[in-house]
Amino acid sequence: MALFILRRLIQSLFVLLAVSVVVFFAVYAVGDPIELLVSPEASQAAREAMIARLGLDLPVWQQYTGFLWRALHGDLGTSFVHGIPAVELIVQRIPATFELVFVAIMLTCVIGIPLGLVAGLYRDDYLGRGIMSTSVLGFSLPNFWQGMMLILLFAVWLGWLPATGRGDTVTVLGVRLSILTANGWSHLIMPAINLALANIALVLRLTASGVVEARSQDYVKFARAKGVKPGRIVRRHILRNILIPVVTVIGMEFGSLIAYSTITETVFAWPGMGKLLIDSVYQLDRPVVVAYVMLVTLIFVVINLVVDILYAALDPRVQLVTPAQ
Amino acid sequence: MSAKVYLRSALLACTLAASAAQAQAPAAGSTLKIGLSSEPTSMDPHYHQATPNDAMTSHMFETLVGQNAKMDLIPRLATAWKAVDDTTWEFTLRDGAKFSNGQPFTAQDVIFTFCRVMNNEQSIGGSYPAIVQKFANVEARDGNKLIIKTLKPYPLLPNDLTRTGMLWSGIVEHGPITFDLKNKCGVTGPWPTVADFNNGRDVIGTGPYTLKSYVKGTGIELTRNDAYWGDKPAWQAVKLIPVPAAGPRLTGLLAGDFDLIENPAARDVKRISETPGFGHVITPSVRVVYFQFDVARSPSPTVKAADGKNPLQDVRVRRAISMAIDRKTIAARIMDGAATPANQFLPDGMFGTLPHPPELKYDPEGAKQLLAEAGYPNGFELAISSTNDRYINDAQISQAVAQYLSRVGIKTTVDAMTRSVYFPKRAKREFSFAMGGWSSETGEASSFLQYWVSRFDKEHGLGTSNYGGYDNPEFDAVFKRALVTVDPAEREKLLQQSLTLALADLPSIPLHFESSIWAFKKGLVYEGRADQYTLAMSAKPAK
Amino acid sequence: MANSPNPGRTRTVQPLAETPQRASILKKLRARPTVRGSAIALAILVVLVVFAPFFAPQNPYDLANLSLMDGRLAPRQALMDGSIAWLGTDDQGRDMLSAILYGLRISLMVGLSAVVLATAIGGAVGLIAAYVGGLVDTVLMRIVDFILGFPTILVALVLLVVLGRGVDKVILALVLVQWGHYARIMRSRALQERRKEYVEAAANLGFPAWRIMAFHLLPNCLGPVMVFATIQIATAIALEATLSFLGVGVPITEPSLGLLISNGFQYLLSGDYWISLFPGIALLLLILSINIVGDRLRESLDPRRA
Repeated sequence: MALFILRRLIQSLFVLLAVSVVVFFAVYAVGDPIELLVSPEASQAAREAMIARLGLDLPVWQQYTGFLWRALHGDLGTSFVHGIPAVELIVQRIPATFELVFVAIMLTCVIGIPLGLVAGLYRDDYLGRGIMSTSVLGFSLPNFWQGMMLILLFAVWLGWLPATGRGDTVTVLGVRLSILTANGWSHLIMPAINLALANIALVLRLTASGVVEARSQDYVKFARAKGVKPGRIVRRHILRNILIPVVTVIGMEFGSLIAYSTITETVFAWPGMGKLLIDSVYQLDRPVVVAYVMLVTLIFVVINLVVDILYAALDPRVQLVTPAQ
Repeated sequence: MSAKVYLRSALLACTLAASAAQAQAPAAGSTLKIGLSSEPTSMDPHYHQATPNDAMTSHMFETLVGQNAKMDLIPRLATAWKAVDDTTWEFTLRDGAKFSNGQPFTAQDVIFTFCRVMNNEQSIGGSYPAIVQKFANVEARDGNKLIIKTLKPYPLLPNDLTRTGMLWSGIVEHGPITFDLKNKCGVTGPWPTVADFNNGRDVIGTGPYTLKSYVKGTGIELTRNDAYWGDKPAWQAVKLIPVPAAGPRLTGLLAGDFDLIENPAARDVKRISETPGFGHVITPSVRVVYFQFDVARSPSPTVKAADGKNPLQDVRVRRAISMAIDRKTIAARIMDGAATPANQFLPDGMFGTLPHPPELKYDPEGAKQLLAEAGYPNGFELAISSTNDRYINDAQISQAVAQYLSRVGIKTTVDAMTRSVYFPKRAKREFSFAMGGWSSETGEASSFLQYWVSRFDKEHGLGTSNYGGYDNPEFDAVFKRALVTVDPAEREKLLQQSLTLALADLPSIPLHFESSIWAFKKGLVYEGRADQYTLAMSAKPAK
Repeated sequence: MANSPNPGRTRTVQPLAETPQRASILKKLRARPTVRGSAIALAILVVLVVFAPFFAPQNPYDLANLSLMDGRLAPRQALMDGSIAWLGTDDQGRDMLSAILYGLRISLMVGLSAVVLATAIGGAVGLIAAYVGGLVDTVLMRIVDFILGFPTILVALVLLVVLGRGVDKVILALVLVQWGHYARIMRSRALQERRKEYVEAAANLGFPAWRIMAFHLLPNCLGPVMVFATIQIATAIALEATLSFLGVGVPITEPSLGLLISNGFQYLLSGDYWISLFPGIALLLLILSINIVGDRLRESLDPRRA
């Protein structure tokens, strides 16, 4: 197991390297950030000084090797736009995004899996059908639409919840968390629901489909013939077998949510990482974009690693390292 | 009443009650909550010249010369100024102004500030050093007089000094401070960095508010500076929270999260005025939206004509295009009234503008005639290039212009792209008919002409945005004289002459001036500004 | 095909999935009323979309047809040329009904193409990775890790700059960014199935690897992938809307359904509800019918259905 984890981490280093190269050159290809930063009033000398200071006068491959060298020393570059280290900029926003995603995932599991179970077990009933049909709504409406509707309903009409922003925070171990305050929760709940809705629908449908398939399996028929109580059948037999694809999707969505909760963050003015990425891409703030994508790739790598380990735990038939055939 | 009617009226009553209850405007001496449309990138007043940054830092730092809501120059930390000769300006500094830590404001702080501007390694954009670079020397005289000697005649110095916030010299270690850039002006310690301002340590200014906290992404908190030399600030504390999307920003106001927001969408103004408990103000600004022609190349990248040449090189074609566009309808329909059709490049009444410019009328028949005269009775193909995320309704404006041009026979397509792709491409001159927006910081007519119309002259900083390659020696001669004429009356005449020449030739066609909108809870009075700054100082409780 | 001793009467050994089920699929589809209804709705939508120019009162993509004076008219008001805008007009004066019909075309094409391509590529990669294992699996999955971390907006921007604007570039961007998800889902399921007896049996029978993967493994792994894929059609359309909204998607003068919805977003608070409501309803109907029909289709294809 330890060897497996170690090997995976080494492979991931290669992935990170590849990512840094591609993103670096991708942002370079989009356009010249100088045009977005320098005002036309600046003198030619000032313009050239700025180009030199940002290192943009060097040939691009040289800019990359410079970046790589500094990265190995822990410096992933300074934001062109904000003037502070890119990593610092990103790290400031991580707690906010993590909070949001954490609550969204909790909602997904707590609502999606049980509802999916019910829908799968009562597939031919109105109950099951009703749940499945309603779940379609969860992912057919555009995210920003849903968000605005939620705000209109709960904040403007009913006035129960604040419309935008993050709530009061408490600092724990140097990290500012709003999940520990009541006011924080009032700000957190709407964006989290907005993020979670599509995923609830997805997990619900996956679970339901998995349940339906598992039920027709021999081992379930056998258990029923044996007289095992239905609840126990569901818990011990069906649930474990369907959880693998569900766990995969949750893992994937966790990563996606972290990286790209942009629309929700925009609508709710939530100070998270997704918004930072979009803004940085638009401003061609290359250091921030590269640092960001590398960080997100690292997160995906870790998540996929955890998910793969969970596979092995959930299903003894799955081997961690599949031997070549 | 039927149940449905009853229910609906009950719901409506609840909504109104809810919004009215939330619309309790803050009383004087309490906290003002403002929703911003973009976040300042730093609390350093010399970091990046952009409207959000400059508006933000004006709360804490003040300049020698100020601008009122109409962008007229007013005394601030300098009570008077005059041009002693062509290259010497004399400023009288204010007595009794203090920094937020109680220290008096003196000429030494001014000189230190200018030195720091030249030593701010992290600054981007280069606009602040562009001002100080023109100085030959700065020295104090007789207590409260400041003499600035410039290398060349610099008539716009007072205008440019409206953008240089004054720092306290005590934030660095120093000996006697003089304007000796080669020897660090007498500063012995390290120069302040952007981070020193962002964490508040060096934010010591003479302004009406001081910085309490600045958390990127979340917001900025200010507290009243009780030692402020001017009128007592109305608010004990100010919270500024960035909400970049217009819809959520408005719902934040309606839900009571904010007392004041900037830049709601013009189409939502109707809703604001219909909701009891809220008000708004619409103020014309100096931001002009225009299109620049490629007049230098034939053929041109995004134009295709039957004769293979560039029709835009013919002034009749340019005039025809200008006549084909119905500016009034665009201002009314696309901008929802929050725009003023433009007949020149700066609003009428500002310094250097023509008092009665000829109206750029909507005349599609005349346009077709002109096109035929110029040899294009069947029009030609043209692509409009614009941003879709930089100016208010930019993509919609381009589509509307495309509609109008199609009607006079020019087959038009629209290529609207994000600004990060647009600006670099435009700088590489890949467009033939490109949208632009320009705000004159100086509040007078020369800046547009200097960067967009003058022939490109790297050394003198002229024509740096003249991507169309317009070259008119007559215009350049008159305009260059205007740039170095210090006498205001003479300068105004020369500027007006330059404008007349530019409008006759139309290297760019002005479309309209954007208006800025502010919405707020009733019980507040807000004075909108032509420079689009959102200031807590512009908001006061209604009597 | 095994050598048969009796050429006159061939009897082939069919792999599992080729049991004659296809005839019964259509029968099952016709059986339930909800499915019938959705299938009909879908058919109507497809006809409308393919023949849009015949049904639409106006060609909303022809700029010379449009007038700002017709902008933001409420439903059932008349345009300047006398025709009635049954669903109102948007800010450029486009008749909403026509815009929705033309926009449906583009959205449907983008959504379906992107999902089909991504499923094909991602599914193949996931299947191969799970079955072959070893170094191939490692390399493929690390590539997937790489892809998953990549911001869609950046991919779309680069494609825009390098290849220019166009619907095909949008599809390419969506496929490039999405295929990794399908690969992981397929692989997770295939890893489970691979260890089952029927696969071992097929291997013992001497079938080549590609045949086992395609005809034995694949049909049993389709379940979760198909669930994901049907959901992803909506996501692909929404993603295209976001990209268009951000300016790196379809041209603004030829809006897709998604771009119409994004435009309408700006009008939510202003009282001109029709600009955002009707395209939203159209999208909802589209997704609903695709899903319901897709659900039943998937059930019918699954060999495990009792």
